[in-house]
Order: sequence, then C-alpha cells, then structure tokens
Amino acid sequence: MYPSRFSYEAPDTVEEAIELLRRGQGEAKVLAGGQSLLPMMKLRFASPGTLIDINNIPGLDYHRADSDGTYRIGALCRHAQLEKSPDLAASQPTMAAAAHTVADPIVRNRGTLVGSICHADPQGDWASVMISLGASVVAKGPTGVRSVAVADFVSGPFQTVLASDELAVEAVVPAPVGVRAGGYLKLERRVGDFATAGVAVSVEFSGSSVARAGIGLTGVGSSTINAAEAAAALVGGSLSETDIAAAAELAAAASRPRSDHRGSESYKRHIVATFVSRILTSLQLSTQEVA
Amino acid sequence: MTIDEIKIGGLGASRRRVEDNRFIRGAGNYVDDIVLPGMLHMEIVRSPLAHARIKSIDVTAAWAIPGVRLVLTGEMMAARNLAWMPTLSYDTQAVLATDKVRFQGQEVAAVIADDPYIAKDACEAIIVDYEPLPAIVNPTQAMAAGAPVIRDDKENQPDNVIFDWDVGDKDGTDRAFAAADVVSELELHYPRSHPSPIETCGSIADFDRSTSKLTVYMTTQAPHIIRAAVALVAELPEHMIRIVSPDLGGGFGNKVPVYPGYVVSILASILLERPVKWIEDKTGNLISTGFGRDVYLKGQLALRKDGKILGVRMQTESDHGAFFSDAQPSKFKIGLMHSAFACYDVPTAHLTSRGFYTNKAPGGVAYRCSFRVTEAMFFQERMVQAAADDLGIDQAEIRRLNFVRDDDFPHRTPFGFLTDSGQYGKCLEMGLEAIGYEDFLKQKEEAKKNGRLLGIGISTMTEPLGAGNSREYDILGIKMFDSAELRVHMTGKAILRTGAKSQGQGHETTWAQIVAHELGIPAEDIVVEEGDTDTAPFGMGTYASRSTPVAGAAVSMVSRKIRAKARKIAAHLLEVSEEDVEWELGRFFVRSAPDLGVTIQECANAAYSNIPDGMEPGLENNAYYDPPNLTWPFACYIATVEIDPLTGVWDVLNMVAVDDCGVRINPMIVEGQIMGGLTEAYAMASMQFITFDSEGNCVGSNYMDYLLPTAWETPGFELHEVVTPCPHHPIGAKGIGECATVGGPAAFVNAVMDALQGAGVRNIDMPLLPDRVYEGLTEGRDVSGAPPIRTDA
Ligand SMILES: Cc1cc2nc3c(=O)[nH]c(=O)nc-3n(C[C@H](O)[C@H](O)[C@H](O)COP(=O)(O)OP(=O)(O)OC[C@H]3O[C@@H](n4cnc5c(N)ncnc54)[C@H](O)[C@@H]3O)c2cc1C
Repeated sequence: MYPSRFSYEAPDTVEEAIELLRRGQGEAKVLAGGQSLLPMMKLRFASPGTLIDINNIPGLDYHRADSDGTYRIGALCRHAQLEKSPDLAASQPTMAAAAHTVADPIVRNRGTLVGSICHADPQGDWASVMISLGASVVAKGPTGVRSVAVADFVSGPFQTVLASDELAVEAVVPAPVGVRAGGYLKLERRVGDFATAGVAVSVEFSGSSVARAGIGLTGVGSSTINAAEAAAALVGGSLSETDIAAAAELAAAASRPRSDHRGSESYKRHIVATFVSRILTSLQLSTQEVA
Repeated sequence: MTIDEIKIGGLGASRRRVEDNRFIRGAGNYVDDIVLPGMLHMEIVRSPLAHARIKSIDVTAAWAIPGVRLVLTGEMMAARNLAWMPTLSYDTQAVLATDKVRFQGQEVAAVIADDPYIAKDACEAIIVDYEPLPAIVNPTQAMAAGAPVIRDDKENQPDNVIFDWDVGDKDGTDRAFAAADVVSELELHYPRSHPSPIETCGSIADFDRSTSKLTVYMTTQAPHIIRAAVALVAELPEHMIRIVSPDLGGGFGNKVPVYPGYVVSILASILLERPVKWIEDKTGNLISTGFGRDVYLKGQLALRKDGKILGVRMQTESDHGAFFSDAQPSKFKIGLMHSAFACYDVPTAHLTSRGFYTNKAPGGVAYRCSFRVTEAMFFQERMVQAAADDLGIDQAEIRRLNFVRDDDFPHRTPFGFLTDSGQYGKCLEMGLEAIGYEDFLKQKEEAKKNGRLLGIGISTMTEPLGAGNSREYDILGIKMFDSAELRVHMTGKAILRTGAKSQGQGHETTWAQIVAHELGIPAEDIVVEEGDTDTAPFGMGTYASRSTPVAGAAVSMVSRKIRAKARKIAAHLLEVSEEDVEWELGRFFVRSAPDLGVTIQECANAAYSNIPDGMEPGLENNAYYDPPNLTWPFACYIATVEIDPLTGVWDVLNMVAVDDCGVRINPMIVEGQIMGGLTEAYAMASMQFITFDSEGNCVGSNYMDYLLPTAWETPGFELHEVVTPCPHHPIGAKGIGECATVGGPAAFVNAVMDALQGAGVRNIDMPLLPDRVYEGLTEGRDVSGAPPIRTDA
C-alpha cells in the first residue's frame, strides 16, 4: 500500500482527539477500524493530511443497555463484538441479524459500527439497521455534544452532517416502546460482498399490534434509504398479509436503485419488496407462535 | 528386503508437499521478497481511458520530485526501438504507448525512484493530455461498418479482424446437417475472467555493467521462453541473460506472456546501472494482464431423432483485446478450440473462428484453460444438454449413446486429434451412481409440485493436455518438448532440475516421487530445483497441464538413463556381466544369487570412488522428452442445485467428480488440483467476470467487483477416480491441472438450466448471478452477458 504522505497522531482522550481534529482544519481524518479508510487511502481516493487514530482511547469499545432499555454502541465497538454477543438477539434482533452479514470475519474483527455510519457508504449495512431502529449518533466537538438521528446524519453518498472537528462517540438505539422484533436480509454475491440490496425491518409490538416500525434500505439508492412510508403502513395493524404487501410495495417504491453489473433497477426493487415481505412474514409467524 | 515404494515416497504416495513447509511458515522467496543492494523502485502510469489519442505527456513535475531517478515515456522507448515488442502470437504490443492508448490500464509512462512511495507520487505528477476516441468492447462493435480501427499502427490492418480461421470438413458437415432429423442451436458467451494469482506480476532487473550480464528475477511460468524473448527484444546476447523465477504465488497462465513492466524495468536497469524492482498492484494485474476466455459461440448440432450426433458446426468470435498476445501453439489461431467433441463419436464437424481487436486488455489464453480447451468443452457440454432438452431425451442417455467406446481407441476426433485411451461410460455411470441420479430425478419432480426448482447438470469431456508433440506444437517456432537433468551425488542423494516451473503445483514433491519410483532413492533424498535459466535445462515451462505429461516424462527418462549406467557399475561391483544383473526397486542383484546385490546408493558411491576401467566417472545425465501425443484425461462432473424462485439465488446441493487422469503420482496433490479447479469452475459459473461499460471502463478492477469465492460459499466436492493409464507416457500419467476448471463450469450451468426447464429460457450466460437467473425465469428468454453492461449512468 502506497498512500500519499500523511502524518499520524494517536491521542489518549476524546478531548485530545477533538483538539487534533480542530487543528487539522478539515485535512484530518479519524481512524477507527480502518476497514474503509485504509482501502480508500491505498487507492488514493482519500489523502488525509493527518490520521487521528482513536484506538488508544480507553472506554469506547462498549455496547450495552441502560436500565431503561436504551442501547449504546461505543465508537470502538467492533462488528465482531456485536456478532459474537450472546444476548444481542434478545434485545436487538435486527442488529443481531445484520452483524454477521457485514463484510467478512477479518474485516469484522477491526471495523466498527460507528465508523460504518460515519463512512456513509450507501452499501453499508449498519446505517439501514440504525435507521430502522430510529437510532442516533452522538457527536462531540470543541463546542459541545449533540445527538443526530441516523436518518438525518447521513446526508448523501459518503457524506454526513458531522463537522470536521467532531468525533462520533457513540450510536444510541432508543428503548423500545413495546416488544422489539426485526430482521435483516442482504443479497450478496459472495461472503464479504457489499449488498446488491439489503433490507432492515424493526417492529415494536404492543400486544399484537404494531406500535412502532422502521425500515431501512441498503444499496438501493445514492445513500441509505429511510422507507418511512412503508414503515408507517404497518403501525396500528398486526402484520396482516395486506399490511405486509403494502409495506413491501411502498419500500420498493422508496428505493432508488441503479442498473449495474449486480442487477437491473427493477430486479433490485423486486428484491426489496421480497425481503420486506419475507422479514415481516417471519415476524408474523413468530408472533403467532408466541400467541 | 524389497523396498516399500509408498514408504520411500514413490508412485502413489500421498506424500506431504515439501514446499509447503516454507510456504506455510511465510518463508517462501517471492520476487517481492528479494532485496538487492542499491535497488530502485518502478511504478507505472496507466491510461484511465480505453481508447484515446495521446496529445502530450508532461513529465516536468515528476522529474522535480526528490528521489526520482528516471521517467520513461513511449517516446523515450521509441528512441531505443523499444516502444513496441513482439507478442507470442506474431503480433506487436505497445510497451509504453506512443500514439494512442488502446485499453484502460495500458502502460503510458514509468517512474523509477528511490522508493515506491516517491515513484507513486511522481506518477501522479505526470500530466497526460488525451483526446478520447469511441471505445469498442465486443466483437459485434469491432466488426460494425465504420468502426474505428484500433490498430492503426499496423500496415495492412484496415479493420479490427485479427484472423479468420477454420478447421474441419465444411462440405461433409453441410451434408450431415442436410440429412439431420433435428438441428439444435445455441448461442452463448463465455465471459472474460481473470486468473488473478495471489501474487501479482513483477520483476527485478539487475544489469551489471562490469560483466555485461543481465539478471532478471521475474514472475514467469516459462523462464526459458522469456530469456529468448528478452534476447530478441532487448538485443542482448542470450548467454548474458539470466532469468530467475523464484517461488511463484500462483500463475494459472497469467505469468506466461511478456509484460511491458518487465521490459521497462530491464531498460531502466541498463540505463541506470542499478537493480530496478517493479511489483504490479492488484488493480494493475486485473486490468492489464492476461485474462481468460471472452469468446462468443454459435453452435449447431445435427441430430438423429434418437439423439445420435451426426455433425457439429461451431462458429466462434473471440475478443482478444488491443493486442493479439495469446500464448498459444503457433499453428492454431483459437488455441485448441477444435478439441471440442473429442469424447463423442461424431462423424464430421466444422469450426470457423474469427478473432477481433477491441479496446480491452490483451490476452485470452489463461486461467487453467489449456489453450482454450475450457471454452471448447463448455460449448460442447452446453450444446449437448440443449440437444437433449430439444429432443426430450435424458441427459445421461444422450452421452451414453454418443461416447467413443472403450474398444474404439485410438480414435480420430471430428477435428483430427487422435485420442488414445479412456473408459468414458464407466466414469459416467460411477458419477450417476454417486449423485443418486434416478432418485434425484424423482425428488425434482416432487419438489416442482411445491413450487421448488431443483436441477441436475452433467458435464463429461476428454481434453488434450500436455503440449506438444513438437511436430505440431511450438511457440514462436520453439518446439514444445521439455527436459530434466539429474545428478546423483556420492552418498546417493540427488538434485533434479527440469525445464518446467512450479507455481504451486508441487513439482518439488512429485518430481522426487518419479525419481523414487524409477531409482528407489527415497523421495526425501532428492531436491528439486526449477526456474533459473543458468542452471535448469531448456524447457518450455509450466502451463496447459504440460508438466507431468512432458517434463514429468523427462524425469522418468533421465532416471532410466541413470539406472542404465548404475547397472554397469553394479555389474562391476558384483563382478558379473551386465546381463546377469537384475533390478528391483533401489537395488541390483545377481540373477542366480538374489542375495548378492548392491543398492543404488552403493552404485552412486562407486561412480565417484570405484569406477570401472574406461567408464566416465560421475552419475548424472539429462533427458529431453518430446511426447508422441497429447495426453487425454477424462472427467465426469455432476452437480445438483436448487433455485430460489423469488430471488434467482441458487445453491449447490451436491457435486460429484469422477476423474481419470491415468496413473496418479501423488493422489493427494491430484485431489488438490481437482478441488481447486472445481472451486474456480464454481466461481466462473456463479460470480466471476470482468466486464466493461460502453466507454470501455473495466468493471472488475478490484476484488470488490471481481469476486474470488471463499470457503463459505464454495460447495463441498465428492471425488472419485478411474485409472486408464496413458499408453505412451513412461509412467502412464496424464495431465490433471486443468480438468476441473475446464469441465466444471458446464456442470453448474447445466444444472441451473435444468432447474429452469419449461420456463422458456435455453441459455443464461455466465456468471449465473441471481439477477440473470431471475430474469431468465420470469421473462422466459435467454439472458446475454455480453458487454457493455447495462447501466443507468
Ligand atoms: C473487504 C471489505 C468488505 C466490506 N464489506 C462490507 C459490507 O458487506 N457491509 C458493510 O457495511 N461494510 C463493509 N465493509 C466496510 C466495513 O464495515 C468498515 O469497517 C466500516 O465501513 C467502517 O468502519 P471502520 O471502523 O473500519 O472505519 P474507518 O475505516 O476507520 O473509517 C471510515 C470513515 O469514517 C470516519 N470515522 C470512523 N470513525 C469515526 C468516528 N468515531 N468519528 C468520526 N469519524 C469517524 C473515518 O474518518 C473515515 O472517514 C467492508 C470492508 C472491507 C475492507
């Protein structure tokens, strides 16, 4: 790997990192797992003047639930930690379904969920999962802390609203309003491939009726898609076949795929509809089993 | 005290690969591991455009960067008559572009600097002004009226046609078609794929002014051909050139051609009088070096109602990229495409082939293809299945009916090859039994009732491996024989060198086994060395599964020469006449007194210490082997699949392989070759291709787009064997390195097409990506994979 010349900093605290970012004046980049940034630097698509490696900062590698059920994922929590977490499936079924579909085991050992959201690749899996859960990103800068919903955080392909002197410190999934269910389906050509199309569906049940729903779409637009209308079609109902069909159709309509070597536009839309309906049908089956 | 051949690692021993000891420890010695004193680093500037006129190249800023030692452009190469070089197919290829760039990724300039970072920075500082021209990405565009002429550098090249070639019997074939009950037709494209060895191409050129000697460490499968080519291109005396091919991280035909990077590094070293290292990056390897396939077929079978094949017509159009640089036998234009239908008893056949220039990287003969036998057998097996479907007869039955029978050898194939051995029917029956053919057909019918799509695909073929004989096979006039040299030391240990060059096949292990078989010297006492033209005997290198058929035969022959001399020494030691000496593995003994004997090691010792009067001392020799024929292994591959009708995703349920490659020297290595080949076959069938958009941009320039399968999705394989020894090879072995890559893809594709039977689709081009399968299933028509790809952009 022969990237352009860059300088390297490895701060020990979040504050130091932010100060270094500020001094970098837009030329500095945070290095988390490096699984997106380093390939870009290798190809010289990215040529940051300074790399600010946050891996030495202690206490950022957590994922945990607060007592109220709010779920926090620290900036250095690796994909593999989530994948291997034994109790993630119980509280975060959508995340658990997605964790093992991200990249391959080697990448998952280094890459981070927060880094993936900051990278804002339209084919990144985590952003759609987080959107389906109504999650937000907590960003710290020289002037303070703010929280931005992931749906608003990603502003375009490889673009976010993060300021150049802000560090994303964690992602936060709000506590469910009822019983959480969900799934993630991804069409890939091979293990470790980015999604031809990916669908994240999260549903919160109050009794047998849907109190909240979210649908995020991977790889079928110039950025991650929040299929809000499709999700809204589910709220108040109890995942009837009609509701599921409506959501599937609306999600397909919300997607904006392009024809390329992975498939035509219409094929990708069809996959979105198929996956929305497959996930919802499986939730319907499991709730029926519970009932 | 007879020696147990398996114990000494002889023929049939699944001996562990000796080279793996260093490979697994990361202690291999690849070109990039070699560091020479004072070594400089070279990087190449590649064209971002597929077709463009070069208006100007500004290298001023590059020269200004500290640490830059040399900047080379086409113009500077031209001043030394090195802007163009000859290819292995009698064409010319640009070393660094002068007039035009003709494919995306073409070499335009090079920088030599103190380290690769500086060289890369300087490459970015070079400003090339291009005037874009329309790009041609397939033969149809290439032959269209008014198409831009890509090779306007050549005289007498008014269009984009490279060759128009035919073989077989046109009139006889026309008659067969006139008499046919049914004619079955199929059109398809075998997509462009890439061998993508783990190690990319590279070289270190080291010119020593004081001795006038040029040493080049290089990733080459054929060091001696390279030495000859360098002598011609660089006009250096051949004895002053030493090519060393150290450990190779895979080759698969990607490392046979001569690449511009090699040539430029050599010139740079001569000019700078310092070693110059060039190591290609992965993208450079994928977009500029020898690819495989990219051939279109129009195929027709003349059939009797019962499925008997009466005649074959094949028309191919091949896309060779911007330069005709295929490494192939010079007598043939489209490799051994005419080996198609060799396993079937077909009375007459005719093949017409046209080759075209396009604005894509040059190549075509690579990726375990044995000179385009990959395409030949894929086309054959797809045509046979389509014929079975058209006639409504069983796919196994149509093969049984048409196979050459076991007692019908030697057999003349419809295109003129002579096959010499095989038990085709036996292999097929073994495969059908293993997969549970009849049961599966029932399961498939059952599943269909529930909307599930199951399919089974068969691929059977015999392929010509191991060029030459030298009557018919040469590259640039150099005959395709091979060689071995064996030196047995005083203590009975030995060094063996051959003209072949292992790139992962395990020659260090298997060659020693052949010597062990011939001489009874334990395999572990024999060291094998290849790849250094100053020490290895002349040979044509390793590709086209030719090492065991040719160099391996030479190993047998040189061992036998050694044995003949040892026999004389034994007679002397035993004080009997030579006629009274008998041989058993590792030992000569007196016929009338079997207890009285000497071992091969004792003979070796005597060769240096107690030589008979009048005999030359020493125990060493060499052998050049020119095989009487190709070898003809046979294979039967059967796959079963299930398709998800809502997504087009298909999974392999089972895969059975029956291979007959004659006598197996090291069964474990043979199985490894088959599994590797089947994995590549699965890759090509399911995911792998390098395609292009309408501007000639390469889609597949990195491993996110060009997919290599992992252990996760690669199906398991069940292997079986039949052994029909090769009648002319000294130990009865046949080639095996390419069988599975050649025969495998059709099994997968046939299985998917079988599952889609009744949907109105007869062909989907590889790779059978889910979207293509879904399109075929739902739209009921053939799905073409020909570039340019569909995009919205
Ligand atoms: C072979 C391969 C296959 C892959 N396949 C997939 C896949 O299938 N699905 C998928 O979703 N991803 C895939 N990825 C990407 C992978 O998931 C990355 O890990 C992820 O996109 C980025 O996380 P990271 O921690 O590695 O970030 P880095 O590479 O370190 O950083 C990525 C970007 O985010 C910024 N950044 C990172 N962390 C922060 C922070 N805390 N605050 C502010 N900015 C930050 C960096 O400056 C940089 O711009 C793949 C990667 C590879 C190499």
